[in-house]
Amino acid sequence: MGWLFLSSGLLLGWSLGANDAANLFGTAVATKMLRFRTAAAVGGLFVVVGAVAGGHGATRTLGRLGAIDAPAGAFMVALAAALSVAFLLVRIGLPVSITQAIVGAIVGWNLFTGSRTDLKALGQLLSSWLLSPLLAAALAALAFVATRAAIPHARVHLLEVDAWTRAGLLFAGAFGAFSLGQNDIANVMGVFVRVSPFPETTLLGPFRASSVDMLFLLGGLAIATGIATYSRRVMLRLGSELTSLSPMAALIVVLSSASVLFLFGSPDLQRLLRAVGAPGWPLVPISATQAVVGAILGISAVRRSGIQHRVLGSIALGWVAAPVLAALIALGGLFVLQNVFELPVRAQPRPVAAAPARVDAPAVPFAPARSAAVSPAVR
Amino acid sequence: MTLLFRRTRALEAQIDQFLDAVSEGCLVFEQGIADYMRGDRESFELRRRSIGAYEGKADSLRREVETRLYAESLIPDHRGDVLGLLENLDNVIDEAKRTLSQFEVERPEIPEDLAPDYVTLAHASGEAAQHLVLACRAFFRQITAVPDNIHKVYFYEKEADRLADAIKRKIFSADLELARKIHLRYFCLHVETLSDRSEEVADRLAIYAIKRTA
Repeated sequence: MGWLFLSSGLLLGWSLGANDAANLFGTAVATKMLRFRTAAAVGGLFVVVGAVAGGHGATRTLGRLGAIDAPAGAFMVALAAALSVAFLLVRIGLPVSITQAIVGAIVGWNLFTGSRTDLKALGQLLSSWLLSPLLAAALAALAFVATRAAIPHARVHLLEVDAWTRAGLLFAGAFGAFSLGQNDIANVMGVFVRVSPFPETTLLGPFRASSVDMLFLLGGLAIATGIATYSRRVMLRLGSELTSLSPMAALIVVLSSASVLFLFGSPDLQRLLRAVGAPGWPLVPISATQAVVGAILGISAVRRSGIQHRVLGSIALGWVAAPVLAALIALGGLFVLQNVFELPVRAQPRPVAAAPARVDAPAVPFAPARSAAVSPAVR
Repeated sequence: MTLLFRRTRALEAQIDQFLDAVSEGCLVFEQGIADYMRGDRESFELRRRSIGAYEGKADSLRREVETRLYAESLIPDHRGDVLGLLENLDNVIDEAKRTLSQFEVERPEIPEDLAPDYVTLAHASGEAAQHLVLACRAFFRQITAVPDNIHKVYFYEKEADRLADAIKRKIFSADLELARKIHLRYFCLHVETLSDRSEEVADRLAIYAIKRTA
């Protein structure tokens, strides 16, 4: 039963792989600068590496927002996020992201269970939604201006520029996939961290993996599966929508958005920035889609090809619609789980005497959902 | 790094060979006209055969380059422009070959006083084609140099127009039969057409260059 609850997170991961990886490799695959197989292999590998190696930072922020401590609760939060994204993205066509949906679903869980919402964490998340596309736009605009000024004087053959761009797209895609895994694994598996069904330590050959590492590995594999099985058609659609984007501009878009994802997701970079006295960025999960849209708008502004206000409006609408819808679905779903299926959606309050024994435990163990009791906190 | 550029370098070499073939073909065109005007039929015949070989070589190189550009999905954003450029450039050497063939087939009798004018006209047309080839090389390697060469193409095209106009005036003011006058004008047009073709390609190239730098 405990493993079954992870299914919604895996679905979320699959969806993330199918959609967000397309942002990283879409133009390269659609213009045949890269073969899909190469893109899927590189993207899948680096997303898993990024998730396992650096997914902890952004996950911690999401964990502060809502400490989901029951498997059924985590299941419904992830499912609510997946359903709201599927509805808004596929049916309505809004460029919403899993990041916004998961935040809304967690707040929905907080409301349902009467848990406190950490306003500081919420503030960091909300400001990052605004900041990340702006930052990606600024980076892309600067890089585009520099490249446009430098290339005509470089005396490099057109075919060599093409070969460099091709190699750059592969590198940028790998970097983007690593950053995506590092940043967005929090959206996929963050809510399951406290209720991980994995043992505290698992030996993987010579490596010793913690319960959270295993969770991130599984989430990373779900994202990689999404890339391998479904991202091709999304890439081709995205590529045809962005035909005005040259491969060089696509490279700049991917590098800029990947850098922003890395900035908001890498604990190592945060440590480095703090060590040199720079302001440390909050490690929060951000939307890869919106970073990419921001970067494209940055280049459009430089080219004076006109900023599509409709796109800006739909991004802003997504900031509101995705979390609100996810929160509503989460509220409804948690109610059904608790009252129809009689599953606890938050951990039972423990006797005071038993509490110290659990202080050091990294995760609340998966308890079989035998108890039909409704949590006193939500009665 | 070697692996990254191995295929690219081979294709670069083929494009360079194509441009060499067009350039050398146009030089042969100039020499062929000069030989004809001097009455050196043997040398003219050699030039005519030689330009046929250059034209054939350019054709096969163009097809190879086009096939590889598509088969290997290279330069997707400029592939159409490059193919258009190569095909139109191929038309320039075709025109040069056709003109020498017309001389060989119809053997026009050029009055002695007009012969140097035809040679000068062929030189102006040839210069237009040579600067076009330089502009094309710049398109691939140094885009900022394209306008420098394109304006020379336009200059030599206008020069060819002026020279052709002067030759036609001379022809029609000369004491010759009308049929011969028309025949001589016809060959003046033939020689001049090389510069017109070069100008057409230069017009396209100017647009392609803007697209590359936009």
